[in-house]
Amino acid sequence: MKEMTYKEMGLLDEEYEQIKEILGRQPNYLELGMFSVMWSEHCGYKNSRPLLKNFPTEGPQVIQGPGENAGVVDIGDGQALVFKIESHNHPSAIEPYQGAATGVGGIVRDIFTMGARPIASLNSLRFGNLDDERVKQLFSGVVAGIGDYGNCLGIPTVGGEVYFNPAYQGNPLVNAMCVGLVNKEEIAYATASEIGSPLMLVGARTGRDGIHGATFASEELSEASQEKRPSVQVGDPFMEKLLIEACLELIKEDLVAGMQDLGAAGLTSSIAESASKKGRGVIVDVSRVPRRETGMIPYEVMLSESQERMLIVPREGKEGRIGEIFDKWGLDATVIGEVTDDGMFKVFEGSVLVGAVPVEALTEGCPVYVRKGLEPPYYRECHDFNIDNLAECDAGEALSKLLASPNIASKKWVYNQYDHQVMTNSAIVPGDADAAVLRIKGYQKGVALATDCNGRMVYLDPYQGGMMAVCEGARNLACVGAKPLALTNCLNFGSPENPHIYWQMQEAIKGMSEAAKVLGTPVVSGNVSLYNETVDGAIFPTPVVGMVGLLEDIDKRCQMAFQDEGDLIILLGRAREELGGSEYLFVCHGVEKGSVPEIDLEEEKNLINLLLSLTEADLVKSCHDISEGGLAAALAESSIKGSTGFNVDLDFKGSRKDRFLFSEAPSRVVASLDEKDLTAVRNLSAQFGIEISILGKVGGNKMIFNDHGIEFINLEVQDAAKIWGEAIECHMK
Amino acid sequence: MFKANIFVTLKNGVLDPQGEAVKKSLKVLDYGQVEEVRIGKYIEVWLEGGDRDSALKELEEMSDRLLANPVIEDYRVEIVEVE
Amino acid sequence: MKFGIIVFPGSNCDADCYHVIKEVMNQPVEYIWHKENTVAGFDALILPGGFSYGDYLRTGAIARFSPIMPAVIDFAEQGGLVIGICNGFQILLEAGLLPGAMLRNRSLKFICKPVFLKVNRADTPFTNHMKVDQVVRIPVAHGEGNYFCDQNTLQSLKDNGQIIFTYCSEDGQELPEFNPNGSLANIAGICNIKGNVLGMMPHPERCSEEILGGRDGFYIFDSMINWLEEVGK
Repeated sequence: MKEMTYKEMGLLDEEYEQIKEILGRQPNYLELGMFSVMWSEHCGYKNSRPLLKNFPTEGPQVIQGPGENAGVVDIGDGQALVFKIESHNHPSAIEPYQGAATGVGGIVRDIFTMGARPIASLNSLRFGNLDDERVKQLFSGVVAGIGDYGNCLGIPTVGGEVYFNPAYQGNPLVNAMCVGLVNKEEIAYATASEIGSPLMLVGARTGRDGIHGATFASEELSEASQEKRPSVQVGDPFMEKLLIEACLELIKEDLVAGMQDLGAAGLTSSIAESASKKGRGVIVDVSRVPRRETGMIPYEVMLSESQERMLIVPREGKEGRIGEIFDKWGLDATVIGEVTDDGMFKVFEGSVLVGAVPVEALTEGCPVYVRKGLEPPYYRECHDFNIDNLAECDAGEALSKLLASPNIASKKWVYNQYDHQVMTNSAIVPGDADAAVLRIKGYQKGVALATDCNGRMVYLDPYQGGMMAVCEGARNLACVGAKPLALTNCLNFGSPENPHIYWQMQEAIKGMSEAAKVLGTPVVSGNVSLYNETVDGAIFPTPVVGMVGLLEDIDKRCQMAFQDEGDLIILLGRAREELGGSEYLFVCHGVEKGSVPEIDLEEEKNLINLLLSLTEADLVKSCHDISEGGLAAALAESSIKGSTGFNVDLDFKGSRKDRFLFSEAPSRVVASLDEKDLTAVRNLSAQFGIEISILGKVGGNKMIFNDHGIEFINLEVQDAAKIWGEAIECHMK
Repeated sequence: MFKANIFVTLKNGVLDPQGEAVKKSLKVLDYGQVEEVRIGKYIEVWLEGGDRDSALKELEEMSDRLLANPVIEDYRVEIVEVE
Repeated sequence: MKFGIIVFPGSNCDADCYHVIKEVMNQPVEYIWHKENTVAGFDALILPGGFSYGDYLRTGAIARFSPIMPAVIDFAEQGGLVIGICNGFQILLEAGLLPGAMLRNRSLKFICKPVFLKVNRADTPFTNHMKVDQVVRIPVAHGEGNYFCDQNTLQSLKDNGQIIFTYCSEDGQELPEFNPNGSLANIAGICNIKGNVLGMMPHPERCSEEILGGRDGFYIFDSMINWLEEVGK
């Protein structure tokens, strides 16, 4: 094996100097490798840490905020949800199937490591233009990878989002979220263990796969990354399933003092993290690590990112029982080291000491860079845009085009490949509402889950766009009748060394933080993925929000489908006309510009509270938030889902129709209700200060739009359903 | 020590959707002369001890019982002596 | 009356079946670990869905050699009720309790969606609370549900009335376009000649409660309970 230099490992000159100072000598190859992975952005957050401090992380519902394997929120009855979202962008760009599959595997391990039974997966995906052959391959590989892994585990994939935009052409985003359910008293923390406790390694044998994965994730994608192919790990979902069952049994019987999954940076990271908690040290003997390949050197063993492995620190005297449980599941556990008191991470090969570094230097000692952001020139250029210079498209044609856009069209081609019903809790399945809803067996309550981020909006205005992502997540939950509790986020950006990108990060995080504060949805976990760029430039800044919420009474859940002939259709929120950043401008005019619609956080909060009151009082029969494609697309989707038409009469106040129909201005919802409930709905809306307008009625088999009584769109529901339902499938044939 | 190469293929007449898909792709890539594609499994097994005949017999039994499903699959065993 | 649910490593619908039998059907039920070697004391066995042994090699191929399987085969031969759902069906095929084999879905993709099934017989232990030609809506979730057998076997399945469920349209037409996976003769579920062993790809346990969007699956478990009660008399 050719030895890499510290620069090839991703370390800077000054970082190398710092390591020499810490050790008081030159680091050897193993030590250098350990520092380089622990000091990568992926493990050490060295560029993002100062910005992440801005997130609100506390609240009465928060049991565990950032800093553990995943965040935890209280859902009453002694139960809690454990959840986190994580990126696997770079591995998926190189090998979409395995990259995506192991992304799911990694996030699932984070959840059961906390003692929680994983109950749902979601994913947030971004690809380039779907007409491109390579993009089709990536898309289909990623979806198959997520499906095959999650399906095999028996964890339903219940929601998520997929967007296509040239900004992601060479650098797709694959963010996987997992949610687990745990009894509060069974939450397992990665607390350090008693001196002398053994370290047990269990699961798959160790190979050379994935060495320097964490470093790889912290670099830009280039031709050279193609050559780093061996970095990609192969997933074994069957092994993971056995690990889930065995580890949850260990926790039920209270047999472990600490548990860590082996993710990025493999043994180095998991051992350092379990030992760093109370200033403990650790010794590990690499010769005891079961291998899949011969001739591996300590450096390779310590840095391998072979999947499906767990590190376990048993409670005193429980090793025997732990061995029995692993044996039942056909797993091998091996003691590879023990906890010490000297704060040193010592690596042995047999009796020979091959590396020794202070644990804290690897974790707390990771350098932190506070950079300076600089507003990029495009920011002002994009805002300098006047809609009046664009001709208005025929509204009917525009609506058909939008329904056929892969960003708006039905995602059934995707979710039909995911088992979204296993565990028999899915009370709202993908595609039926703005969020997934799961029952909690034995209780009347339910939980709702959604992921959101409109990368184009964040690009045009990171501050507003960041707020929008949080607001949309919360609004989606409120639309199904769930109170938003907390969020996790996956911050996908380009290189932080570019001041323009750093500015995007600063602004987006500022916007997200403000929205999260006002809406009372703290950030409890997350992941940062930087250097998402290719030679053609950086991706749209894409800070994906994964939000969880609680329904007190699951029987009051609300879907997006129109229900009964004659029901009134209403708009909750203001009639707005801002077209900036809309899918309409992109699809019909090829333009990605404009000012992002302003968002008023208080208004959003009031709307969410109104939605919760409406669903609680059973006053609305359908609810769908206005996002991509605007009001027109929202109406069409509720109609298609309900297999029923509608007739609406809109007031354009003399301005052009496209502005009102296709504006993606936030804080608005299309709902339907029984006419008898109108007064009650009006009263509640007034109470929360939210505007309400009556648009028309449900019924017939056509989507009919009128302008003061004059019909201007007349679309058969069946035809629209075909366009919307088959668009992605047509691309993938 | 013996090393066996076992080829498990779908029986004639059993539809092979994977093979069909690959055939279609090859046609798209302009390999017009492609007539048929069938996809199977290739399994390597190492055996210690015994003679060649008993090893072969053992391998055929393994194939009948587990490695291939006689309802849909055929198999062929090759065996070579290795160090 | 006691139901047993066989748990193989990699089974993942075991808990779903357990929930339905215990909480929805209100019947006693226990898990049976695959390393056991007896099913004494059970009146009906469920082989649940999932990916036993990761479905490596072939679906169901490795599970079929689990220590519990001789007892399952024995139980079936003595007329005990055995239902194999999805992966359970695949295991029954590999074990030879039902004829035929599974191929990959025609689309080569995993498919999870509700499908319509036609009930071809209402006199079996599994369908006696359903009607002949009734159309039920039950979800499928599999990558290999493309049922295959040779022509002679197909003929004997037909002659013996062993094809219990076929994929169809909402109004009961058994046309190829309503077949989600390419299975022979739109087969979704078959039984053995005696009628006490059923294998089906769709998941009745996923639609036995209204909150999950329908309860057509309920009637399969209900039929089994009814049959056991009748026989018990």
